[in-house]
Amino acid sequence: MMASYIPLILMLAAGMFLAIVLLKLHQWLGPHRPNDEKTSTYESGMEPIRSARERFSVKYYMVAVLFILFDIEVIFLYPWAVNFRALGLFGYVEMVIFITILFIGYFYILRKGALKWD
Amino acid sequence: MTLLASLELFDIIFYFFAFVTIVSAAVVVFSRNIVHSAFSLMFTFFGVAALYVMLNADFIAVTQVLVYVGGILVLLLFGVMLTTKVISVEMKTGTLQTLPASILVAVLAGTLCGIFWITDWLTPVARNAELPATTSSGIGRALMTTYLLPFEVASVVLLVAMLGAAMIARRERKR
Repeated sequence: MMASYIPLILMLAAGMFLAIVLLKLHQWLGPHRPNDEKTSTYESGMEPIRSARERFSVKYYMVAVLFILFDIEVIFLYPWAVNFRALGLFGYVEMVIFITILFIGYFYILRKGALKWD
Repeated sequence: MTLLASLELFDIIFYFFAFVTIVSAAVVVFSRNIVHSAFSLMFTFFGVAALYVMLNADFIAVTQVLVYVGGILVLLLFGVMLTTKVISVEMKTGTLQTLPASILVAVLAGTLCGIFWITDWLTPVARNAELPATTSSGIGRALMTTYLLPFEVASVVLLVAMLGAAMIARRERKR
């Protein structure tokens, strides 16, 4: 059973290895001559106005909350999709009911303007 | 001989992920920097997902990565960024209830230890023979037939959460 996870473990290990090596390699090989201009925060050529360590708008939080809700919806879709053929029309109708209930909420938040950014 | 070798490899992998989980969880609790805590939580979640895999619970492992690493952690990071001070937060409560806290911890620890001793533990290797390789198909069938009502109720719960989120958003707009 563990043998089927070996590709996954290898990919995780390769990903972590590459990330660490690429981050460290330029530190070791590249020239390191910092000055005030270089170390200042990059803001597309503009002078940085103030610290980036500020409070974020609650709008980001809203988007994250809605993302989790739809994320959980996908979790429920996954075991259904695996058995789609075996369950047939009955399972399809069940999932339509499930999605319909969620779509009521989706249209509600759309009408309330929760997905608008202004 | 091959069984013994695979057993040892299994143990090594288990202890590696258990170590990652516990150390990163300790960093979450003891770090003074709240951002370090939040990022360390990612390693805890990944470690727990790996432990789920070792328990033959592959569907729960995928759920753990999708929902906790992908969702809850992002939510937590946004929560951290919404706080006034990100870098140096004084994480101390005004009141320190030592006696009630120690009693509560003792009771909780005692309960956990009791369950730990009472439970008849099956090692994942021993269970391998009787369990299917993947669990998501079985979970799907159970969810669509035997546990159909909880499945549909879950959509209503998600709907309620969505409505609550919409209410919070609307109050924000009025200000």
